[in-house]
Amino acid sequence: MSPGQWDLPPELCCRPMAFVALTGLDVVYNAVHRAIWDAFCANRRADRVPISFKVLPGDHEYPKCRTKRSSYEWYIPKGILKTGWMNKHLNLVPALVVVFYELDWDETQWKEKQSECATKVEIVRTSLQGRNTKVAVVLIQKKTPLPPGEDVVASERAAALCNACDLSGKSLFVLPHTDHLVGYIIRLENAFYEHAQTYYYTEIRKVKSHKEFLNKTTHQLLFVRHQFKIAFFSELKQDTQNALKYYRTAYNLVHELRAHETNMLEIKNMAGFINYKICRLCFQHSIPLEAIAQFRKHIDLCKKKIGSAELGFEHIAWMSKQFQSFGDLFDEAVKLGLTAIQTQNPGFYYQQAAYYAQERKQLASQLCSHEASVSYPSPDPLETPNGMLDFYGQRPWRQGHQSIDPPDPEKEKSGILALQLKERDVPHSELIIALLSSAVAQFKKYKCPRMKSHLMVQMGEEYYHAKDYTKSLKLLDYVMCDYRTERWWTLLTSILATALKCSYLMGQVKDYITYSLELIGRASTLKEDQKSRIEKNLIKVLMNECPDTEPECDPAAVKTAQNLWADRVSLAGNNDFIIEVQDYVPFVQCKARFLSPSFHVDVPVQLHIYLKADCPHPIRFSKLCVSFNNQEYNQFCEVEEPYESNDILEPSGQGNMCLVPGKTRKYHFKFVARTEDVGKKIEITEIDLMLGNKNGRYMFLKWRGGGGDAASPQEALQASRSFKRRPRLADNQVDWDSVSIQANTMVISRIPKVSVQLHHEPPALTNEMYCMMVNIESQEDSLIRDIKLTVGLKPGQDANLTQTTHVTLNGTEVCDDSHPALLHDIFIGELHPGQKIVKPVYFRCVTTGSRIFLVHVSYMVNTSVESKEIMCKCHKDETVNIETVVPFNVAMKFVSTRFEHLDRMYVDIPFLLMTDIPSASPWPLKLFSSQLQLTSSVVAVDNLDSQIEEVVLQTGESASECFCVKCPSVTSNTSGVTTGRYTISWKRESNNEKLPVVCTSVTLPCITVEAIPLYVHADLPSFGRVRESLPVKYLIQNRTSQVQDVEMSVEPSDAFMFSGLKQVRMRILPGNEQEMLYNFYPLMAGYQVLPSLNINLLRFPGVSSQLLRRFLPTRIFIKPQGRQVDDASIAAA
Amino acid sequence: MAVCIAVIAKENYPLYIRSIPAENKLKFHYMVHTSLDVVEEKISTVGKALVDQRELYLGLLYPTEDYKVYGYVTNSKVKFVIVVDSSNTALRDNEIRSMFRKLHNSYTDVMCNPFYNPGDTIQSKSFDTMVSGMMLQAC
Repeated sequence: MSPGQWDLPPELCCRPMAFVALTGLDVVYNAVHRAIWDAFCANRRADRVPISFKVLPGDHEYPKCRTKRSSYEWYIPKGILKTGWMNKHLNLVPALVVVFYELDWDETQWKEKQSECATKVEIVRTSLQGRNTKVAVVLIQKKTPLPPGEDVVASERAAALCNACDLSGKSLFVLPHTDHLVGYIIRLENAFYEHAQTYYYTEIRKVKSHKEFLNKTTHQLLFVRHQFKIAFFSELKQDTQNALKYYRTAYNLVHELRAHETNMLEIKNMAGFINYKICRLCFQHSIPLEAIAQFRKHIDLCKKKIGSAELGFEHIAWMSKQFQSFGDLFDEAVKLGLTAIQTQNPGFYYQQAAYYAQERKQLASQLCSHEASVSYPSPDPLETPNGMLDFYGQRPWRQGHQSIDPPDPEKEKSGILALQLKERDVPHSELIIALLSSAVAQFKKYKCPRMKSHLMVQMGEEYYHAKDYTKSLKLLDYVMCDYRTERWWTLLTSILATALKCSYLMGQVKDYITYSLELIGRASTLKEDQKSRIEKNLIKVLMNECPDTEPECDPAAVKTAQNLWADRVSLAGNNDFIIEVQDYVPFVQCKARFLSPSFHVDVPVQLHIYLKADCPHPIRFSKLCVSFNNQEYNQFCEVEEPYESNDILEPSGQGNMCLVPGKTRKYHFKFVARTEDVGKKIEITEIDLMLGNKNGRYMFLKWRGGGGDAASPQEALQASRSFKRRPRLADNQVDWDSVSIQANTMVISRIPKVSVQLHHEPPALTNEMYCMMVNIESQEDSLIRDIKLTVGLKPGQDANLTQTTHVTLNGTEVCDDSHPALLHDIFIGELHPGQKIVKPVYFRCVTTGSRIFLVHVSYMVNTSVESKEIMCKCHKDETVNIETVVPFNVAMKFVSTRFEHLDRMYVDIPFLLMTDIPSASPWPLKLFSSQLQLTSSVVAVDNLDSQIEEVVLQTGESASECFCVKCPSVTSNTSGVTTGRYTISWKRESNNEKLPVVCTSVTLPCITVEAIPLYVHADLPSFGRVRESLPVKYLIQNRTSQVQDVEMSVEPSDAFMFSGLKQVRMRILPGNEQEMLYNFYPLMAGYQVLPSLNINLLRFPGVSSQLLRRFLPTRIFIKPQGRQVDDASIAAA
Repeated sequence: MAVCIAVIAKENYPLYIRSIPAENKLKFHYMVHTSLDVVEEKISTVGKALVDQRELYLGLLYPTEDYKVYGYVTNSKVKFVIVVDSSNTALRDNEIRSMFRKLHNSYTDVMCNPFYNPGDTIQSKSFDTMVSGMMLQAC
């Protein structure tokens, strides 16, 4: 029996297709026949009818048909299904035999040919005696036939031929051998297909007809057999729906069979076959869930049908095969477009198959561990006369036996022994690995990384068992890191233990060391004694000795391994190993820590390296070195202590290089940073710890960066979260968890010892030259050189500020846009200790707002660190935030000569321009002068000299000026006449003389100028007196070029009596004026309303008296009547 | 009843695993570990918008021939996994749910312990007893 004993027979797994035999074709020597055959079988696409063709000789012997039983009464079946049956109907018994014969209708020797053809048909018929196989004749003709009915000869001869061959007209075909061969062939095969369908239909009917003869007691097997056959014929007929139905019935019937130990195998076998068919058809019909359900049912039903206990492995193997073939079917379906999901994919079935394969291996090793003396039984009980079984699933030594007890216990025993001995030779590991790798491929596809890893571990372990250590190690190594990163230490330890064995058995020193490192580390869940053993082995390896044998290894492999190790020991060279432990969890932990995240260049950089061993025994190392990004520092951070090769284990607690388990050891390093490295980072690139010594074997544990390993980040996180109090330790002891890694540090410049003071008076005023005194005082102990000052707007602020800020050292003139916002590297020179220098700097801020100014002083100084002379560059920065505010506001207004607000001016009528300058500065301001520059449209009425010269404005005070101006003429009566500019020159009162005066100029507002037709002017004294006459003169001026008719009236008033014209109408010539005289006689004292003058212009009705009245005073102050000094009243007083 | 009960941290490392002593401990460790594939997938496929209303119980993660593996994820992404024997057909979904609820309650108690540092392996006697109770029940 081959390892594929449980493989499903190919005839079961293939898709059944109608079998049609072609005879009379000579495909070897006849080109025409060859072409016909090729057209039948080459490039069959899916749209062609499913037929399997075979060329057979005309006199081929078809399998004999057994004579039909007339009664089943005495018949006892010997098994369920004969092994040859499926093959017989797929490949041996055709549904249709086609006889090809070259014969044209106009054949001259028609008679002879016709009878020859008839003979051929007859031969075929004889060979098919008793079968329902159809026979058809195809005449190969050279000429294209005429359309049916036209060729009389042809129809006559066709009828004659049918007659001679005893054929129905439907079974005679003509194949003209012309250009359209493939087209004819397709039509032919469709016709063949119909014949085949009919054949299988009759076959099904035939099988069904047996049913009535069967009885349930003796013919149980036949019930299954018949249902299976019907289903199979249905499949051949391509009636898959019915096939599925019959297979299902067959499946149920199989499980109804009386099962006992002797026929268990046969039942299971058959159940497996039928199950396969059902699942296959379900997938084909796109009902995968039913396939899965059927398979589950199948497994549940068959799981317990173990059969003979001595052959338990057989059952397990069969189970494995069931899962595997279902996995294959499933995978096949997926390839054809089925969608599988993460939790339901072929991988699970392969995986289960692999589990069964593993179980089979175990069971086989239990059941088949016979003594070497047990020899294979002779004669071979597995031998059968024809080399194969008659029925599926039967024992070769008792074929056809259907009773409960074996006929011959002796034979049974030897048969079992033979099977057991055969099982011993099965390459179990290969089977398991193949299944596992199928499963891995599936799980990879369905996003199950952990499942994949698990299966790979199993593969690795299986390779280990199969003694393929290289492959084993490769797989295990590949998945190890997954478990490490997910922190499943139990699983990691188990994998590492296997890997260690592999590396031991192969004599791989580096791998051996690497795995040992981790197995004795803290992530390992091994017991202490195991760890101790491994550590001792590791030390042996480091001393260039052979390690002890790993337990539970194959003795033969151990022998080889010992030799390998002996070779390794004797071999010189190749004895140093560098192991990057960052990605492992090694037994030595390392943390590096700069004492500070930054060091000034004039103090030594200090660094602590902490080491802690987790292994069971103290271990001694020989060298510790640290590498930096700047390799010049490496030399300062090294400790080395050579020791004799044999005292690596000496637990000398005080030895500097000895790591005691659980104790943290600290190494302190110190070095002076180079001045070139100021502003740069010093970074630890790696830490190397050397174990072993140069004479024997040694290894470097290498940590990249500042130490730590695969497990440490999480540990640090947990420690930081923990509320546990740190244990109190002796002074020289360190609590490991409280040490945090600091793998880099910054070298920063020396702390400057100069004082930089800024004297100024904020806020700054817009446009002024703001003075800042920079005081630099050296507090160094030695001369400082090369002092440079950078001052100005601090970079990185709003870009607009750069445009509106200017810095200069020259305070005597106002700086403009050409001055920068930041002055760089103003050379100052040298300062002796204690010496001081003052530097004035001027800023001019054009806009208001807040600005940050930077004052940066840099210098060089010599100093010594750790008795090493270095020249340091120091610098000190001062920043100051200065607000800029406006010094004062300028308000301007236009009023009439009566100080009334004006919103428009009238030509030639004087008005007042008033300015108001309230100070907004917190500091006193000195106004030097003001200047009014008028445009041509405005002229001064009197002189425009400044009225605020040399005025000092305190905070909150306000300066005012008043100018009388008028508009001489109007160009057009548009609004908006520009009036001019107003310039004020000023500076802070506190500023010294040299500083320039700041000029602030303001544009005067625009005014609206209008011409008026009539101007009224009143000429009256400034006050009146009760009961004294008050003369008033009104001047009415015509400003137009026309004669004006003016109507004028004075309204009576309670406060006055008056004389003069009360109502008058007059005419005023252009440019002339009219004088009106009145004599008012006040009656009451106080501010009195004058009698109002109403003027109406008859030509300009729009000019109301209201408008004109604006030019006239409305009130006058009337003093009470003067009292004569009355002697009597004085006397009375 | 349960043959293995596990609590897995948010970062997918084990906080607690107990399995019946009769069988190979590693097997269950692997089983729990591989079940995380399904858990991860389930968590990630559940619509992110529905995170709040998400059902904590994930149901049957995957069946193997001999065991059924059930999962449960707390809102803080701590996973509970219960493995039961496939042959134990008496167990209904509801009972599994209630087991998880019990487990969750007990886990919450552990978390409430001020001396417990979240993320450490669980070494609580009362949790142990509760788990033992759940593993015993059916035996």
